[in-house]
Amino acid sequence: MTDNVLLSVEDVVVDLPTPRGNLRAVDRVNLTLGAGQTLGVVGESGCGKTMLSRAILQLLPKKAKLSGRVRFDGEDLLRLPAEKLRQLRGRSLAVVFQDPMTSLNPVLTIGTQLIETLQEHLELDDAAATRRSVELLAAVGIPAPEQRLAQYPHQLSGGMRQRVAIAIALSCEPKLLIADEPTTALDVTIQAQILDLLAREQRRRHMAMIIITHDLGVVAGRTDEVAVMYAGRVVERAPTAALFKKMRMPYTEALLAALPRLDAAPHTPLPAISGRPPDPTRPLQGCSFAPRCRYAVARCRTEKPALEAAETSAHQFACFHPIEIREGAGA
Amino acid sequence: MMQQAVSAVSGEPLLTVDDLVVEYPVGQKIVHAVSGVSLQIARGETLGLVGESGCGKSTLGRAVLQLRRPTAGRVLFDGHDLTTMHGDALRKMRRRVQLIFQDPIASLNPRRKIGDIVAEPLVIAGVKDPEKRKQLVEEVLSAVGLDPAIVVGRLPHEFSGGQCQRICIARALILNPEFIVCDEPVSALDVSIRAQILNLLEEMKGRFGLTLLFIAHDLAVVKAVSDRVAVMYLGRLCEVGPSEQLFARPAHPYTALLIEAIPVPDPDIRPTESVPVGEPPSPIAPPSGCRFRTRCPRADARCSAEVPELRAVAPGQFAACHHPLI
Ligand SMILES: Nc1ncnc2c1ncn2[C@@H]1O[C@H](COP(=O)(O)OP(=O)(O)OP(=O)(O)O)[C@@H](O)[C@H]1O
Ligand SMILES: Nc1ncnc2c1ncn2[C@@H]1O[C@H](COP(=O)(O)OP(=O)(O)O)[C@@H](O)[C@H]1O
Ligand code: SF4
Ligand code: SF4
Ligand SMILES: [Mg+2]
Ligand SMILES: [Mg+2]
Repeated sequence: MTDNVLLSVEDVVVDLPTPRGNLRAVDRVNLTLGAGQTLGVVGESGCGKTMLSRAILQLLPKKAKLSGRVRFDGEDLLRLPAEKLRQLRGRSLAVVFQDPMTSLNPVLTIGTQLIETLQEHLELDDAAATRRSVELLAAVGIPAPEQRLAQYPHQLSGGMRQRVAIAIALSCEPKLLIADEPTTALDVTIQAQILDLLAREQRRRHMAMIIITHDLGVVAGRTDEVAVMYAGRVVERAPTAALFKKMRMPYTEALLAALPRLDAAPHTPLPAISGRPPDPTRPLQGCSFAPRCRYAVARCRTEKPALEAAETSAHQFACFHPIEIREGAGA
Repeated sequence: MMQQAVSAVSGEPLLTVDDLVVEYPVGQKIVHAVSGVSLQIARGETLGLVGESGCGKSTLGRAVLQLRRPTAGRVLFDGHDLTTMHGDALRKMRRRVQLIFQDPIASLNPRRKIGDIVAEPLVIAGVKDPEKRKQLVEEVLSAVGLDPAIVVGRLPHEFSGGQCQRICIARALILNPEFIVCDEPVSALDVSIRAQILNLLEEMKGRFGLTLLFIAHDLAVVKAVSDRVAVMYLGRLCEVGPSEQLFARPAHPYTALLIEAIPVPDPDIRPTESVPVGEPPSPIAPPSGCRFRTRCPRADARCSAEVPELRAVAPGQFAACHHPLI
């Protein structure tokens, strides 16, 4: 979308050895993200969203095998020495996880954790780091920030903890923030607040952001581009407005249809997607969505559709019978 | 008066909750988890109960089933006051009421086979004939869309969250109950699996003639299955009304806030940023007067002085607010 590419993910594959055999968690994913842009990555549990984000962050499980290229801010992350990577992660590449306790240390106070992060990456003395910490906590909407510095994570509610995790992630002014289901564990009202907070800070800091979620509703008004993942692959990718205007991939359409809608009458049966995604250790020969797809034909079961562009180069999908063409053919 | 207000159910109520209070002592202090809730659910009806985390939804659900004895108030089930029942009488009554939990995987004993888990309520209820139990287990597993031949011998960890929830539903149905409290049955599930489970609950409701108290914090989910919806905030009811009507014209500022917070899958609708920052106050020291006043854009002096009672704002719709939106 922009010439100013901050992140490019090229042919990334993540393989995990499991007792059942090799599990391909991420299968040849390509993505690019410009500075200051927001990308939504959407898909069901287990489709590889977290493994993809961990591949970008170079935080995969030890036994994982990664291939492809990840270029971030001019650096080839797969070739970067461990020490440089660590610096990069605290500084220009930050992450917020679904469970804030993953990134917070339960035995250290909020203040200690914030101040340590700041001092590790920026040259700040104690007084300056403390001042900065208070500002950050205030910026993420934590009341009485001075007093919070002395508190431990378990003394805060889930929503407050996520705010603290965001404050730490934002502390060194990253160029890219990856938020992996940042609100899935939270209530709707708190969820809306956290998403608003992320959007506001993103605009203010001109930071790029990847929001990972299983809810298309979360990305609709908050991203520039969306990538829909299924069984380890990106199956549809488009500018957000274009995607919601014209979904081409049956899976994306089904994912949207399955959301309960406020404008539907009570007791309206939901168009659920039947079945489950395929076992990732037993990849299918054809389209991975074929067993659940109501438009599937014989070819779908034997051949894998590639992710290709339609009329506009920005809108790609991996399907032999994309929605509009099928209707046009009167099938 | 309040009682009459909240009833407005068509037909005879199967469940009547009357001025229910549940408090938890913590150290020297008291958590006011449920503070005077009254509601009724008609036979065959689904009442949705929504509210933020910690507002007392699960506590209310558990107190209705007497899994937590209420501090005060009454729970009438089919005319019998459960709060004064003990021992055998209560055990008998419990067969008629069941509970489904939010975390399907955690609520199944990891070391027991699915067949035994689903049969357990039968054992407790004294069904001694193993053949009879086996037959009932197979029937109910098929009803929830699982193949008994494949699942009975397996352990919970071999199943996904959605399948575990089907197993929990089977376990809840096996004694043929009349009433089920569903405590966030789909909150832990993905969008696509969530739709499957919601449809299943609806189908089971019709098939087994159930009455449901359906707890959730997601309004769109609640609306999909509920005839009426009750909105709870910090231990009290804010608003009760028929689903469609409540969503179309919320009277309580908190209901309006919840509706606004729902993510809408439409990129043309930019999310509003009017949701007030902040979280509910502590239930140990709830605000005086209206408990929502610390986050309410309409709050004034009266709101801190006077507790608002539920009052009719439209046919069948009741709100506890001094300055309702309608
Ligand atoms: N056993 C307990 N001892 C002390 N306090 C408790 C206990 N159980 C619940 N509480 C408190 O009572 C209040 C109501 O809790 P409850 O679990 O009913 O909320 P809820 O609405 O179901 O929340 P959620 O959406 O998170 O499930 C909360 O403040 C909670 O911390
Ligand atoms: N540490 C691990 N070892 C083996 N398999 C894993 C591990 N973590 C995740 N997986 C598997 O990798 C696939 C993708 O997982 P993940 O990226 O976590 O999905 P998502 O974030 O989309 O829910 C799943 O099949 C999951 O079971
Ligand atoms: S390729 Fe075939 S099975 Fe796959 S999504 Fe398209 S129509 Fe469905
Ligand atoms: S009573 Fe007052 S504070 Fe409470 S909801 Fe109504 S206007 Fe707001
Ligand atoms: Mg994940
Ligand atoms: Mg609960």
